[in-house]
Amino acid sequence: MNAPVKALNPVGLLAELTHRCPLGCPYCSNPLELESRTTEIDTETWNRVFSEAAALGVLHAHLSGGEPAARRDLQEIVAHCASVGLYTNLITSGIGLTQERVKALADAGLDHVQLSIQDSEAASCDRISGYPGAFQRKMAAAKWVIEAGLPLTVNAVIHRANVARAGEMVRLSVALGARRVEIAHTQYYGWGIVNRAALMPTEAQAAAAIAEVEALRETYAGVIVIDHVVPDYHARYPKACMGGWAKRTLNVTPSGKGLPCHAAESIPGLDFWNVRDHSLEDIWFRSPGFNAFRGTAWMKEPCRSCERKDVDYGGCRCQAFALTGDACAADPVCHLSPHHDKVTAIAQHAAEEDAAGEPTYVYRAAVKAPLPAE
Amino acid sequence: MSEMAQTSGVIPRLPRGVRLKRDEMRGEWLLLAPERVVKVDAIAVAILERCDGAATIESIVDDLAATYAADRTRIDADVRALLNGLAAKRMVDL
Repeated sequence: MNAPVKALNPVGLLAELTHRCPLGCPYCSNPLELESRTTEIDTETWNRVFSEAAALGVLHAHLSGGEPAARRDLQEIVAHCASVGLYTNLITSGIGLTQERVKALADAGLDHVQLSIQDSEAASCDRISGYPGAFQRKMAAAKWVIEAGLPLTVNAVIHRANVARAGEMVRLSVALGARRVEIAHTQYYGWGIVNRAALMPTEAQAAAAIAEVEALRETYAGVIVIDHVVPDYHARYPKACMGGWAKRTLNVTPSGKGLPCHAAESIPGLDFWNVRDHSLEDIWFRSPGFNAFRGTAWMKEPCRSCERKDVDYGGCRCQAFALTGDACAADPVCHLSPHHDKVTAIAQHAAEEDAAGEPTYVYRAAVKAPLPAE
Repeated sequence: MSEMAQTSGVIPRLPRGVRLKRDEMRGEWLLLAPERVVKVDAIAVAILERCDGAATIESIVDDLAATYAADRTRIDADVRALLNGLAAKRMVDL
């Protein structure tokens, strides 16, 4: 590998405060090996990480999980982030919040809440999340966020069980008072790969959902901002994953590992450093795992000579490894990849599976029970 | 909603969750919003700093025209274009 590429400072930090979560969503982006409560870094360490992040040029701090509300020190962490000038975004399932807690978080300086909703139909939402009553609690959480004067984004992950209601999810978000909605077709990492056959819609289902949501942009112009993540398995070129490996943002896991993205540990042989031993600046600029795929020197053909190599960076490294066994290969979503037929075959399989009726999921709790929220 | 900035008496506001921030490290002014970072130039900063939740668009234009001894018609057009554009992205409330 060539000399490290000079990196720009990061603009965002995704802080996975815990992997504990009361929900079991079958597309969860957490790794299959969930980190337990006993390995989580403490409040003081997180606060140091956020101070270092602000000094390093990070603008947005995304407080995520698992369910971040499972951490009792959430309010303290939010207050610290606000004190060092970070824009704080709470990414939550809504479970574990109360009206009092939302108000306390708003008073502590929280800037924004992103609430996940698994479906616009209550029974389906509860089934997807594996948590009876989830829908009603999410509706209540949305109301508390609005009443606390906080801006609300609704995040809806789209897959076969709810793909027919992508547009309905936008309408629900408007009704809840959200200023922004993310309609994100499932990406297949972590638990999403385990459940891929049950999650993947047919190309026709995905296309219909995309068209419906795109049409709603005009309907709701100036009312709600729609961010739309379309499925890459049906695409011709890969996504510019993370805007480039270790180029714009970083993750810190519950136990303090610094990663370029939440799936990075799925690539074997990469050396990632921990915030217990290293500053965030050291991790960003000098850790081997971050430098592994910076720039373009690591690329093979067809990426190396491709005119799009600085556009999509060869796509996603984790997906390249998961589907081809080689993290330096072109993301096989790309039609120029010699492995593109594997993606086509998987997408084709989804069309056949669809006839089989209600999907059966492997819930993360059923494989390895996370500790309870409190 | 974007037509509202054409009418008079409108008071533009940065809603909660949208922040004008001086990024000392990068030497830039930024508008921070959910999952958005927008670089803003000196003219936009001068406009946005005057969106204090009390001033109307007309009074902001008057203030800018006086401060910069500039053509009021031109400033009026710039201010409305900026605020309408940001309102469409829900980064300003009108």
